[in-house]
Amino acid sequence: MEKFISHTGTAVPFRQSNVDTDQIIPSEYLKRITRNGFEDGLFAAWRTEENFVLNKEEYKGASILIAGPNFGIGSSREHAVWALQDYGFAVVISPSFADIFRGNAGNAGLVAIVVDHEAVEKLWDIVEDNPTTPVTVDLEARTVSAGEFIVTFQIDDHTRARLLEGQDEIALTLAHAKEIDAYESARPSWRPLIS
Amino acid sequence: MTRTLAQKVWDQHIIAHESDGPDLLHIDFHLIHEVSTPQAFDGLRLAGRKVRRPDLTLATEDHNVPTLNITAPIADPISRLQIEALRKNVEEFGIKIFKLGDAGQGIVHIIGPELGITQPGMTIVCGDSHTATHGAFGALAFGIGTSQVEHVLATQTLPQAKPKMMAVTVNGSLPHGVTAKDLVLNLIAHAGIGGGQGYIVEYRGQAIEELSMEGRMTVCNMSIEWGAKAGLIAPDQKTFDYLEGRKFAPQGDDWPLAVESWKALATDEGAVYDKEIILDASTMSPFVTWGTNPGQGVPLSGVVPSPNDFTDEGEQQAALKALAYMDLTAGEPMRDIEVDAVFIGSCTNGRLEDLRAAAAILEGRHIAANTRLLVVPGSVRVRLEAESEGLDKVFIAAGGEWRGAGCSMCLGMNPDQLAPGERCASTSNRNFEGRQGQGGRTHLVSPAVAAATAVMGRLAAPADLAR
Repeated sequence: MEKFISHTGTAVPFRQSNVDTDQIIPSEYLKRITRNGFEDGLFAAWRTEENFVLNKEEYKGASILIAGPNFGIGSSREHAVWALQDYGFAVVISPSFADIFRGNAGNAGLVAIVVDHEAVEKLWDIVEDNPTTPVTVDLEARTVSAGEFIVTFQIDDHTRARLLEGQDEIALTLAHAKEIDAYESARPSWRPLIS
Repeated sequence: MTRTLAQKVWDQHIIAHESDGPDLLHIDFHLIHEVSTPQAFDGLRLAGRKVRRPDLTLATEDHNVPTLNITAPIADPISRLQIEALRKNVEEFGIKIFKLGDAGQGIVHIIGPELGITQPGMTIVCGDSHTATHGAFGALAFGIGTSQVEHVLATQTLPQAKPKMMAVTVNGSLPHGVTAKDLVLNLIAHAGIGGGQGYIVEYRGQAIEELSMEGRMTVCNMSIEWGAKAGLIAPDQKTFDYLEGRKFAPQGDDWPLAVESWKALATDEGAVYDKEIILDASTMSPFVTWGTNPGQGVPLSGVVPSPNDFTDEGEQQAALKALAYMDLTAGEPMRDIEVDAVFIGSCTNGRLEDLRAAAAILEGRHIAANTRLLVVPGSVRVRLEAESEGLDKVFIAAGGEWRGAGCSMCLGMNPDQLAPGERCASTSNRNFEGRQGQGGRTHLVSPAVAAATAVMGRLAAPADLAR
């Protein structure tokens, strides 16, 4: 995973609550066995609608998605995160994320950050007023800024640290190999084993 | 110190604990399927890593598989490739698989309990959001993404931040004709689509205790639909009776030892939850969804709500959008909504008890003209048991289709899909836009309501048929 320290880009104001994973990427795209190339599946159904926000010329090339609450509800499909990244998003901002989506984002290197509803409204207004406004997400300082507006965001310490360092979580866990061995040696005999 | 059921299971699986960091949890069992794993196996190969415990891992084919002509090669080349990738991966890494056509094949959350793999006090994960189904046995079970699948394959552990604990206490008894599905749809509408975010939920109370293991699985299955990390129920005699004698259940001298340890898992008297929701089952009635998320539900006796019924601006917008997508008008009685299709199946309601409930209503009746009925057992075992009871004949005589096992029209990754604009009463778990096929419209219902709806051609409860 690449290190993420801070990012500056333009943003898409996505005024919608409860955006589910089946909209982020419909299930037909999940049949693929590759790790990238999912940009065509991102919001595939909604992108057929002319007025959908991602189709608007002024938001082309944006790399920060500012969404309503409960973003990423539903499926565990990490493809939802990959599709956002493949399309060009580095950061998603929302007042709240579904737990699995937020976890997947951290593992895949998409920065999912929480700011309160008022701050999201303010960011929407700023970006709609001037879509070329650079928005900066500073992971070290935990701030989002757009023009004069600056707000502190929330992200759990562990995910933040891993993103800043670009750490491979499996390697971190494998450092505990001896403790895993010890735990497994005491596993109750009746627990299922497939042989 | 007093602890809840979930806290006990959590504590028993901590391998390493760092202050301010996540706990490293041991994973007792890892269920895998074709959709969320190919990139994980690629990741292992890239890093030169092995599967640590193939003996704690089991694969099945469920999301993509056709439910017709199951002995023929899979017609969709992309689905076929994904299934072939799984078969190649499990062979390379030494993992047992139940393939399409095998007697053990089925939806991953149906076969775990059937085989007795799902046991109280275990940690169980799967690259599928409905993994909390296994919580019905008092297991801590939750869905994970592909990166985490790779992590578990490589280490048999997961670093996890400890969620908060919630109790959902359902007092009283469900009235006759009201089921586990109605209970959980009612709960989700009450708590809201994000109401469980950040929590592990313990379902308890008289109505939960009175549910069968199948009903408990239905309730736990839908924990994710209101955002909960996991949902679980304290194991009791019903749990032990369900498990005893199953293939991977404890055998011989192990059985009493296991039961003793399982009994100790129940929440201690006086243990504190971070939050509690209290519901009264006796006031519940058949419950159906009108919108495009599982929280947008009303009693079947109710009407389609108006966006103005919601105080939150975001929920108003969501309702407006849902009504447009669902082609419904505020104030329309739910019972007036006509359907094109009825789907009975899925990890939510694809077990034998569900099929029995539907067949009991369809026996001696025929489905309405212009309505099609698809019945998809959750596993080959469910299919065979249903056939031994003659349920298949009931569905076919009623004008329904009896299919092979898999996820099928719950998410339309196989050919079982709605056409654009079609409306379906479905016993599955999600009514998101396009979930059952692009442009399709889904109403979530119980198996009993699904069967009555198939007969009437519009949303209906069994009681409507008697009138």
